[in-house]
Amino acid sequence: MPHAVTFQKVSRHFGNVRAVDAVDLEVEVGEFFAMLGPSGSGKTTCLRLIAGFEQPTAGHIEIFGETAEGVPPYRRNVNTVFQDYALFPHLNVADNVAYGQMIRGVAKAERLRDAEAALEMVKLPGYGSRKPGQLSGGQRQRVALARALVNKPKVLLLDEPLGALDLKLREQMQEELKALQRALGITFVFVTHDQGEALSMADRIAVFDHGKIMQTGTPEEIYRRPKTRFVADFVGSSNVLSPDLTRRLGGPAEWASLRPEDIRLGGEARHEAQVTSLSFLGSATRVTLDLAGEKLTVLLPAGTDVPAQGASVRFSWDPSALHLMGPQA
Amino acid sequence: MSTATIRAGAILPGRGGVGGALSDAFWRNPKLLLFVMLTPPLLWLGIIYLGSLFALLLQSFFSIDEFSGLVNREFTLKTYGELLRPSNLDIIVRTVTMAGLVTIASAIIAFPIAYFAARYAKGRWKAVFYLGVMLPLWSSYLVKVYAWKLILAKEGILNWVFDKLHLTFLIDGWLALPVVGGNSLSVSLTGTFLVFVYVWLPFMILPMQAALERVPGNLLEASSDLGASPRQTFTHVLLPLALPGVIAGSIFTFSLTLGDYIIPQIIGTSHRFIGMAVYAHQGTAGNIPLAAAFTVVPVVIMGIYLWLAKRAGAFNAL
Amino acid sequence: MHSDRQSRTPMGLKIAAGLGLAFLHLPILLIFLYAFTTEDKSYQFPPPGLTLKWFAVTWNRPDVWEALGLSVRVASISTVVALVLGTLCAAAISQTRFFGRETISLLVILPIALPGIITGISLRSAFNLAEIPFSFWTIVLGHATFCVVVVYNNAVARFRRMSGSLIEASMDLGADGFQTFRYVILPNIGTALLAGGMLAFALSFDEVIVTTFTAGQQSTLPIWMLQELVRPRQRPVTNVVAMVVVLVTFLPILAAYYLTRDGDQISGQGK
Repeated sequence: MPHAVTFQKVSRHFGNVRAVDAVDLEVEVGEFFAMLGPSGSGKTTCLRLIAGFEQPTAGHIEIFGETAEGVPPYRRNVNTVFQDYALFPHLNVADNVAYGQMIRGVAKAERLRDAEAALEMVKLPGYGSRKPGQLSGGQRQRVALARALVNKPKVLLLDEPLGALDLKLREQMQEELKALQRALGITFVFVTHDQGEALSMADRIAVFDHGKIMQTGTPEEIYRRPKTRFVADFVGSSNVLSPDLTRRLGGPAEWASLRPEDIRLGGEARHEAQVTSLSFLGSATRVTLDLAGEKLTVLLPAGTDVPAQGASVRFSWDPSALHLMGPQA
Repeated sequence: MSTATIRAGAILPGRGGVGGALSDAFWRNPKLLLFVMLTPPLLWLGIIYLGSLFALLLQSFFSIDEFSGLVNREFTLKTYGELLRPSNLDIIVRTVTMAGLVTIASAIIAFPIAYFAARYAKGRWKAVFYLGVMLPLWSSYLVKVYAWKLILAKEGILNWVFDKLHLTFLIDGWLALPVVGGNSLSVSLTGTFLVFVYVWLPFMILPMQAALERVPGNLLEASSDLGASPRQTFTHVLLPLALPGVIAGSIFTFSLTLGDYIIPQIIGTSHRFIGMAVYAHQGTAGNIPLAAAFTVVPVVIMGIYLWLAKRAGAFNAL
Repeated sequence: MHSDRQSRTPMGLKIAAGLGLAFLHLPILLIFLYAFTTEDKSYQFPPPGLTLKWFAVTWNRPDVWEALGLSVRVASISTVVALVLGTLCAAAISQTRFFGRETISLLVILPIALPGIITGISLRSAFNLAEIPFSFWTIVLGHATFCVVVVYNNAVARFRRMSGSLIEASMDLGADGFQTFRYVILPNIGTALLAGGMLAFALSFDEVIVTTFTAGQQSTLPIWMLQELVRPRQRPVTNVVAMVVVLVTFLPILAAYYLTRDGDQISGQGK
């Protein structure tokens, strides 16, 4: 069985800028795949390459085993949920959702029935006669989702789908998207710069930086065993230790990552540091330590004793928590 | 959802036909589409318009043979030299002075309208003010000039009003003055000036209003909060911020006055303006080179004007 | 602190603004009055009497009808040409990034930024050089050139408001370039094009400066009026024609305003 999406050495250059630089990528059929990275890292360009809005400068793209380069977007059985939703302002919600079928020449009654079913699926039954301008941001997003899903695409692409929503709505939509993806069995590829979103929703994540994929893996792998300093720092803001610091803390002279929540304070620990700042986050308290000029962040769960600012504290960690990334990470 | 709409493959077959092929070609090569879109307007504007402008510029370097009256197609600066004759210099100075005065008067009259529309007019009144400026702006140029012919005529409404108020001596006194005076208002430079101001005023109001609308209201409050009197707020805050709009508007009023030849011909004296000179030289006199050289004058003046405005930093705020 | 400053309008400003608007509109209203005057030898105010007879006289004047017909035909064709060229140019400028965009938008604006007399005499001397005789088409050539900018301004403003991803969304949903144009682009810019077309029509219908250079012996309505202004022979007929011209140009302006009012404003500087 072919992969849903395959990139072989795909590049997309804009003049001198290498937006996507020789990327290899495989998205499994039916998985929820996240492309994570800071803005300008090439993740959105990759999405647009799959959709067909961009053409690769070099390399080969396959969608379900079929060659995709040179094929315009309207001939790809792939649909997109746009970041700004891109609902057609001159059409009502039902006609927006039915647009794809209208283009394909499906009879009016049938396509409107399908549109209503799709709206029901995204929990907006009876909204068909409204104009996009009359909807809230969250509702518009659901319409955009229905408009894409009604065409039963082989792959659904989502470009920062939750970026414009407020926190509460975002958490709710995360659950719904996940449930929808499981129920429909369609391959979802979504782009985000929010590591929390990627970790909680995706089956697998590709972390992008400077047009390259730094690491691909399950959320657990990406979080626990980052391969590079960039991944460790970007996913979950880990403490990235230089080879020198790792050695001083008793490890080999390699780059290492130490999660803030894996560090414990107090006890008979060997290492000592000064508390330079404290910030209360609600479910936890973030403590910044100064270890002879190096900064170390510690996350204390609520309910544990919090040291005073300026105090000298001893700290330790479970040996398995120190993740080594090699001398050149 | 009906099963009939489920499509099997990930890549769909091409549509075929000329439309499908063209659409695919445009997608594969966006530059082709750009080329197709830009070619007609560029051919039109580039060949017809720019071509004509260059042809005109070229002719300003020709000269006219004084005996035969034929155009001598050899490069010479003689025609530009003719511009420096006192009678032609007079025309240029008169036109530029008029354009300057018209611009200043327009700015003064436009300011309260633009300021009111930008700061105080809300909802319905905003629309009234907008249309109130747009309708005169777009209504027929000739009709507007004609209306002033009616107003300024000896037996017209203006003299009638002054007569009823027993103020006719004011008009007579003004008309007795040199330069600005004349037999009646419709054959005086004062009349020309009034009509210019009237016809170009909307072109000053709109950009001014746009600039004033960009001034945040709290800036004015901050100024008075810091102890500035309304007059100080006006000169130190409002005016500098409105200046880009004034400059943009003045480009219109100045340029339009420089190039007009109909208004001074209908309402005014026998003293010529640049536009009238151009018209006369190309028409009855058949001296196209001199007419061409004359048209270069407003272009150069506008160039200098824009350069000065730019140097004064008027465009930085835009 | 004077928190009520926003709501209270200074009296002086109110009066100055009102007087300014009156200054703009009274002369036009006067035209309407004069169309009904019984006086036919001078511009006497107040009119000695009012009559409708000049409307009948004007109605029966073949020269007025001829000039009106020519103006309408010129304006219609110039508008169509301007719609095609202006829309193409606006689409290219606003939907793509390429070297020389600024130059092209400047080129479009130039015909109205430069005084009309320059455009007029340039075209005239070019026609002379190329030995093209004056005709209906030489008028259209001139008019279409400066009408492009009006359509262009309106279309560019609307394209800018249109989310760029709409076109991609349409293609993503299976529509090719032509279907996207028909089902997405045209419905979204339609009213702006209509407004631009109406303004272009009004601009062409009213144009006199360029036309005097490109018309030869033919008379458009403004040329007819100009002749009357320079050498008044038919004062009452001129009065009636002036009033009709005002009404004919007001309608497209009002329509254009209502078509574009939610969002972009009609570009007044486009004239």
